[in-house]
Amino acid sequence: MRDFDFSVLIEWMPALLEGLGITVLYTIGGLALGMVIGLTVAVMALTRFSLLRIAARVYVDAIRGTPLLLQLFILYYAAPSVGFKLSAPAAGILGLGINAGAYLAEIFRAGIEAVPRPHVHAARSLGLSYRQTLMRVELPQAVALVLPPMAGEIINLVKSTSLLSTIAIGDLLRSGQIAVSVTFAPLEIYLMVGLLYLAVNLALSALVRRLEARTGGRARREAQRLMAEVGI
Amino acid sequence: MAMISVRGLKKHFGTLRILNGVDLEVERSQVVAIIGPSGSGKSTVLRCLSFLEAPTAGEIYVDGRRMGYRDNGRRLPDAVLNRQRAEIGMVFQSYNLWPHRTALENIIEAPILVRRTPRDQAIAEARSLLDRVGLLAKQDAYPSTLSGGQQQRVAIARSLAMQPKVILLDEVTSALDPETVHEVLDVIKDLAQEGMTLVLVTHEMAFAREVADRIVFMDEGVVLEDAPPEAFFGAPQHERARAFLAKIL
Repeated sequence: MRDFDFSVLIEWMPALLEGLGITVLYTIGGLALGMVIGLTVAVMALTRFSLLRIAARVYVDAIRGTPLLLQLFILYYAAPSVGFKLSAPAAGILGLGINAGAYLAEIFRAGIEAVPRPHVHAARSLGLSYRQTLMRVELPQAVALVLPPMAGEIINLVKSTSLLSTIAIGDLLRSGQIAVSVTFAPLEIYLMVGLLYLAVNLALSALVRRLEARTGGRARREAQRLMAEVGI
Repeated sequence: MAMISVRGLKKHFGTLRILNGVDLEVERSQVVAIIGPSGSGKSTVLRCLSFLEAPTAGEIYVDGRRMGYRDNGRRLPDAVLNRQRAEIGMVFQSYNLWPHRTALENIIEAPILVRRTPRDQAIAEARSLLDRVGLLAKQDAYPSTLSGGQQQRVAIARSLAMQPKVILLDEVTSALDPETVHEVLDVIKDLAQEGMTLVLVTHEMAFAREVADRIVFMDEGVVLEDAPPEAFFGAPQHERARAFLAKIL
């Protein structure tokens, strides 16, 4: 047993914060890619073309059914064997994006499906095309509905970036590991690493709650009213 | 030439036969009320007219043009079909206003997107439509803050904004509180008097009798009786029409 050593933290804080910055950057990159993939796959899953629907299903099942760590290993260590060489940052962003995309696709699909069909019928009867209906009627309403589950997925993504430490990316956890290997103070360092992850995620939650209060409340109340009307 | 002409319309969902050969003609500026027991296929006729449902068989002509198909029987491209839909207004039982848009935004959306009406002009037209249904003061209100009757009047204004040739009204007062039903019926009565061609599915017999030129009685997916209101309500010919009227009047 020894005392909690604050001096270690003061000395290593800049390195940990740098790692935190890397973690945030990869989260943003992975999220951006994941949103694009997720939205594309969600729309594929909802089309009338069965081939696209099957492709979407296979993608979502394959990605959700295997560990992210394995997906990163395949991208970074295995892909070069077939002539597909990626730098660590590229493999990291791609891996996070592909992985988050599968989860986000399911969230987006559920959100779009939750938009009451009568709203879609009203749009089509006014002459709006499939695409106009999707962009102007379904997606804006779905955004409000998917905010809470999406927040959960973003928080998962922040934590998932810790796996990047295994493919030589200096994220927050990796910075912590380096600090521990030099200082032999795992208690102080890892507690601080945990607090930093927590701080990011709590800030994220607070942000989403504010967004929800702004956009979500109205659409959700309306959806609940409609569901109550038909007795769900 | 009839504004709407339906010949041998059938609609099956799998083994479920909803429409079993409906024939219907509606002249320009005519008001036709379709009545009948629930499950008789009334609403499905309207949904086929606006091509929200593709008919299983039969032909639908609106203002002389075949809905959904070319004359040679080939399916129309989606873009053309969308334009056809825009000419047929539809008002629903559950209003179906978009909750993320204000009353005014609900009305200008389709003119801007489908007809490419300049935004300023669309707004001016929407305001005059809102004024016509007595809701100009509510132009910036979101649907959830409006009463059922108000929402339905906005929905009617929304369909009018496309200057449709026909308006289909699908049980538009069924979800309303009794005290607001008349607001909506008054608007429909005005439309009828201005010469709009209307096809309405309704349970409001007194209203159908007052406003309709013809009553079409449907049961089990076919039209059993088609007569002027006085004749239909005074002396229904078909036995099932008599039984239906005895039950509800």
